[in-house]
Amino acid sequence: MGMTMTQKILAAHAGLDSVEAGQLIEAKLDIVMANDITGPMALPIFKEMADKVYDKDKVVLVPDHFTPNKDIKSAENSKSIRDFAREQGLTWYFEQGKSGVEHAILPEAGVVVAGECIIGADSHTCTYGALGAFSTGVGTTDIATGMATGELWFKVPGAMKFVLTGKPGPYVSGKDIIIHIIGKIGVDGALYRSMEFVGEGVKELSMDDRFTMANMAIEAGAKNGIFPVDEKAAAYMEEHSAKAYKVYEADADAVYEEVIEIDLSKVRPTVAFPHLPGNAKTIDEIEAMDPIAINQVVIGSCTNGRMEDMRKAAAILKGHKVHEDVRVMVIPATQKIYKQCIAEGLLDIFVDAGCAVNTPSCGPCMGGHMGVMAAGERCVSTTNRNFVGRMGHVESLIYLASPEVAAASAIAGCIANPEKVGDR
Amino acid sequence: MRALGHVFKYGDNVDTDVIIPARYLNSFDAQELASHAMADIDPEFVDKVQPGDIIVANKNFGCGSSREHAPLCLKTAGVSCVIAETFARIFYRNAINIGLPIIECPEAAKGIEAGDEVEIDFDSGKIYNRTKGTEFQGQPFPEFMQKLIAAGGLVKYTNAKKGD
Repeated sequence: MGMTMTQKILAAHAGLDSVEAGQLIEAKLDIVMANDITGPMALPIFKEMADKVYDKDKVVLVPDHFTPNKDIKSAENSKSIRDFAREQGLTWYFEQGKSGVEHAILPEAGVVVAGECIIGADSHTCTYGALGAFSTGVGTTDIATGMATGELWFKVPGAMKFVLTGKPGPYVSGKDIIIHIIGKIGVDGALYRSMEFVGEGVKELSMDDRFTMANMAIEAGAKNGIFPVDEKAAAYMEEHSAKAYKVYEADADAVYEEVIEIDLSKVRPTVAFPHLPGNAKTIDEIEAMDPIAINQVVIGSCTNGRMEDMRKAAAILKGHKVHEDVRVMVIPATQKIYKQCIAEGLLDIFVDAGCAVNTPSCGPCMGGHMGVMAAGERCVSTTNRNFVGRMGHVESLIYLASPEVAAASAIAGCIANPEKVGDR
Repeated sequence: MRALGHVFKYGDNVDTDVIIPARYLNSFDAQELASHAMADIDPEFVDKVQPGDIIVANKNFGCGSSREHAPLCLKTAGVSCVIAETFARIFYRNAINIGLPIIECPEAAKGIEAGDEVEIDFDSGKIYNRTKGTEFQGQPFPEFMQKLIAAGGLVKYTNAKKGD
């Protein structure tokens, strides 16, 4: 029986010729990653199993959630993983000022490549599927076990195939496409399964589009999201990584539990309304409603803090001012992106428009710090979750959108169509 | 092993942000986390929950973040089992790894209401609603997971395997 991309990677890492959906396996891990929330909690569990990590080149720690540290407890937590990284001599420890948000920095620094089996103690670890890797989020005990042994048990997932056709319109990016897809299948539409994105439409997507889409596979309940390795992906890895990578292609007779066609040319700018990422509305539906006034805009995160996102937001904001009732936080996801924003003059555009530009961090995404909302406030955010209380008070509201919709909304003071910014 | 308690009932897509909001994640002390369990979906939960009580919910319980703080805070608050139509996959793994019993059972999720007194026999997977006099059969765990649970969780399983 044929295998999917994901199943082939898992079989290879379990030392098996083939696997099938539902099978329980123990697989070898190429990268094991934790952050400043999950890492500190993993250390005492790790110490019950081992004194030394299984491979100092494969265990990665990234303090990015509550950094720069927001309080004493979070400072102690960061210190614990910093000390651990030094003690263990870890090759990949990403300190503030030299790094960024975990799921942006790992591909950028070349830590993760195609064909690998990767776990991260963060649900958005599925991001690296954009490179053709099997990559999934796990909890603290799993990550501690991975750090100690370099192995973990998995249930081999079945898969859904998304056949992408056509070319997206000028103001449509990976974020619109993935919100459109989650809107179609629901927030548990891919539960326990892989989302494999294939078809002619893939070549129309930039790597940043693909990272955004793979990143939000978890918001449909998926175990992982994955793209085939094409010329763009190969070029990305050759530019960023010195590691050898391996390309796995799905068999022609691979079994898919569902096949869904998405014509990218028909996807509109799409926003996820509170309180679920699957609560999708097109910009046309929104324009037919009464205007939705907003108080805050966040442009950044592991979902949309990459260079293209910065460029797209800046192209909309250039020469405009942020609406007087709106606060805007722009958060380039890594130091390299931050510096590139300076080089391209984007920071000037953001600051001249009236945006606060923050240092790379998860920041307000999960209500940690640097942009927490009060009761009744509304935010258009390029992040990935709009659950109750995610960004602050339980009565605050989050609308998930692309950087272009977010930038257009920042100018208009309400959720706005980026296609029409020039008209104002 | 059996559990007996009263039921707290919730709907679809109970996410880990409402189970334990990120503002409390600067700590991983189990007691402290337990004092904020379900803060953003049911602020009265921590005052009302009694040891042995049971959570029953519909689809996709525990969706969202990978924070193991979520099953840990429920277990420490006294929850003896979570029954749901389906679980989000990371929550499912985390619950097994820390020893919080969970059962997938769509019929029980539909047939049990808030406040019902429910008894669970983990060996057989049978769920008895004592208040309504009804009985449900939960999905048994696959053999490998039973081995994990029997070993006392993933850490003990891993250590035992090392000794082989």
